[in-house]
Amino acid sequence: MSQVDTAPVDEAPTVAVGRYQQAGGFLTALITTLLAFLVGGLVVVATTGRNPLPVYRGIFDGTGLTWLIHPLVDVRTIGGTHDLYRTEADAVAVAAISLQQTLILTTTLILTGLAVAFAFRAGLFNIGGQGQYLIGIMVAVGIGTSFAGMPRGLHVLLGLVCAALAGALWAGIAGLMRATVGAHEVITTIMLNWIAYWIASYAFSLGGPLQSDTQTSVPISNDVVDSAKLHVLWGGLQGLHIGFLLALGALAAFWALINRSTLGFGMRAVGHNPEAARYGGISVGRSYFLAMAIAGGFAGLAGAVDLLGWQHRYGVSDVQGAELGFVGIAVALLGRNTAFGILCSSLLFGALLTGANTRNLDPSIFDPELAGNLTLIIQGLVVLFVGADLLVISIWRARRRLPLPRRRPREVRA
Amino acid sequence: MTTRVGFAGIGAAAAAVWLMLPPVGDNLRSTTELVELVPVALGILAIAAGIWVVSRGERKVGWAAIVCGFLGIVLGLAAAQASMDDHAAVFVWSSLIAATLRAATPLVFAAIGGLFSERSGVVNIALEGMMLAGAFFGIWGADRLGHWALGLLTAAAAGGVLALVHAFFSIHVRADQIVAGTAINFLALGLTGYLYIDIYGDEGTPTEVSTIPSVHIAFLEDVYFLGPIFGDMNLMIWLALATVVGSWVVLFRTPVGLRLRSVGEHPRAAETLGISVYGIRYAAVVVSGILAALGGAYLSIGFVGSFGENMTVGRGFIALAALIFGMWKPFGAFGAALLFGFSSALARSLPEYSEQAALLFETLPYVLTLIAVGGLIGRSIPPAAIGRTYQKQ
Repeated sequence: MSQVDTAPVDEAPTVAVGRYQQAGGFLTALITTLLAFLVGGLVVVATTGRNPLPVYRGIFDGTGLTWLIHPLVDVRTIGGTHDLYRTEADAVAVAAISLQQTLILTTTLILTGLAVAFAFRAGLFNIGGQGQYLIGIMVAVGIGTSFAGMPRGLHVLLGLVCAALAGALWAGIAGLMRATVGAHEVITTIMLNWIAYWIASYAFSLGGPLQSDTQTSVPISNDVVDSAKLHVLWGGLQGLHIGFLLALGALAAFWALINRSTLGFGMRAVGHNPEAARYGGISVGRSYFLAMAIAGGFAGLAGAVDLLGWQHRYGVSDVQGAELGFVGIAVALLGRNTAFGILCSSLLFGALLTGANTRNLDPSIFDPELAGNLTLIIQGLVVLFVGADLLVISIWRARRRLPLPRRRPREVRA
Repeated sequence: MTTRVGFAGIGAAAAAVWLMLPPVGDNLRSTTELVELVPVALGILAIAAGIWVVSRGERKVGWAAIVCGFLGIVLGLAAAQASMDDHAAVFVWSSLIAATLRAATPLVFAAIGGLFSERSGVVNIALEGMMLAGAFFGIWGADRLGHWALGLLTAAAAGGVLALVHAFFSIHVRADQIVAGTAINFLALGLTGYLYIDIYGDEGTPTEVSTIPSVHIAFLEDVYFLGPIFGDMNLMIWLALATVVGSWVVLFRTPVGLRLRSVGEHPRAAETLGISVYGIRYAAVVVSGILAALGGAYLSIGFVGSFGENMTVGRGFIALAALIFGMWKPFGAFGAALLFGFSSALARSLPEYSEQAALLFETLPYVLTLIAVGGLIGRSIPPAAIGRTYQKQ
């Protein structure tokens, strides 16, 4: 309560960051998730009158996670899809493709989640992951569809690096504005999101700079040339690409940068208390700018990995339907902005999105279009309850007569 | 130096018109197809220069540049359509102004809603979600209950409930208000999409649904220029105008408004005086949800006549931008909403010239807001306690 009177306006998220970090625990995240699924299930019951458990089981079947245990168990006995496949091999093959899709989305979500989490650790709330992602997509399309004949590794590297840089610059605008004139990053990143949205809509529209020159009547880009496509690790068309390893590397880099580098130390210091950090000789403005730029770099990379890895082309409808940047917010919040947490939560959301996808969810179990919206509801609930975690934890601590973090001295109450 | 930039802006605006006039304009037209972009670009340049100059203190020159920039865009575009007679020009202008008011109305409702919430110290980035909920429940109510007025009530109730959730998490639970707002946006998007698919499926909302009528003013109808604009305007546009005036009266001329603003500036001091901080904040957030939902309902049952998934496409965020651009003041927000409405109306009439230019034009509200929070930050001061949770003593 003391911060109400003393802290400057822009410290509110900062305090929240500190609390999120302290609030700890895998358990609260688990409870948050279960609660969100519970309420989501109530929505299903209330609207369709159906038992939500088979629905969730249908979604789970579509995630392909059953593939992981297929050497031990006949995967057909797990889900409700026993009659769909003639042989176990068929079922395993389908599960493998689904799992590849789950991991592909996990890849993107790790990166968009990092985009939120990295800024969060410096006390900034980067809502602009979506815009930075779209900027990354556009740059990747631009580079991936040109320079045919370039050596493969070089072409891929060029695409990834340029997209990450573009994302960094885009987010850097918000970081710079925060550092120089104090413009709140939530406002600026929201504005930058929508600017990117309309620029992308323009770029892929008929006659736009990135629109296909062979299919002039469709608002979609050219295909990425072969030399710019990411190496596929597992599976065939739209299989799991090497970007997955890249995302895992990014997680490790995030952990090292935050916990083991001077830069990360400075950022965490700024995130916990900018004033103290300033007295400690850390340049707060520089930290803000770098935090946003690096965060944007992750999101731009997410766009490039998505495009060069499996989408290979992008259109206006993709721009309108894009949501992975926004899901990154839920991923980071649920994962409490830690590397391991982000890995777990991006797997959860990657699986949820894949399982509810039109291609993977059996319409006789549940309408995939409904399921798609159900995942949005669950996401919203997760984000909402993550905020409430704090309350649960503070009550729990009070009950156990443990001192609350940042408790005010007694005498002030009198 | 600053004044020179301002005069350069005015010059750019003048050039926007001059370049479009016959001798030069015809030459330009023969060289490039995107000739309409020229006055737009120059006008925006002038506006940007003006805003920069205003932020440096040279207000007169700055505002002159801003106004000239708008005139430059408008007149330049008008001049670009060469062979147009006077009658057609009046028609174009009155229809453009009418379109501006139509586009601004949902923004006005949501921005005034946001004004209540943010003046009381609760950040509301959930305006988008509340608007979307209003759009869906408005048409659902009108469809099920058979009358648009009941549709509006349903929308208001839905927006109010959603706002109540936001208020509970932001005020009582003391969650981060931006996190809670983000959650509400997700929830509203998912819930309206879910219910839309579940209830209306592939057929979409019924076409014969009861819609909000226009107000027919007989004596205005035949008046030159004004007739086509105000003679037959939708009821919600009038209501939006009334909301602006009403919100100003409530916030700045009543004890309740004073309490609300004091809670947003210094909650501790307000509570010491016996004002219920939580009570005021709850009320303000719920009012903001109701107003935003009414703006959304205007979209579905006033303007378009149907609902589509995510049909607000960022309008709630434009409203938020209008609120910031208008410096958290009723008439400021109204002016900004009109400006953004105008840019959207212009964007909608641009496809006749160039589809791409129209799409790029949609970025204007966001770009202007970026410039505003960057350049005018010294003047655009948010309520002091905004975004901060408060614990009762």
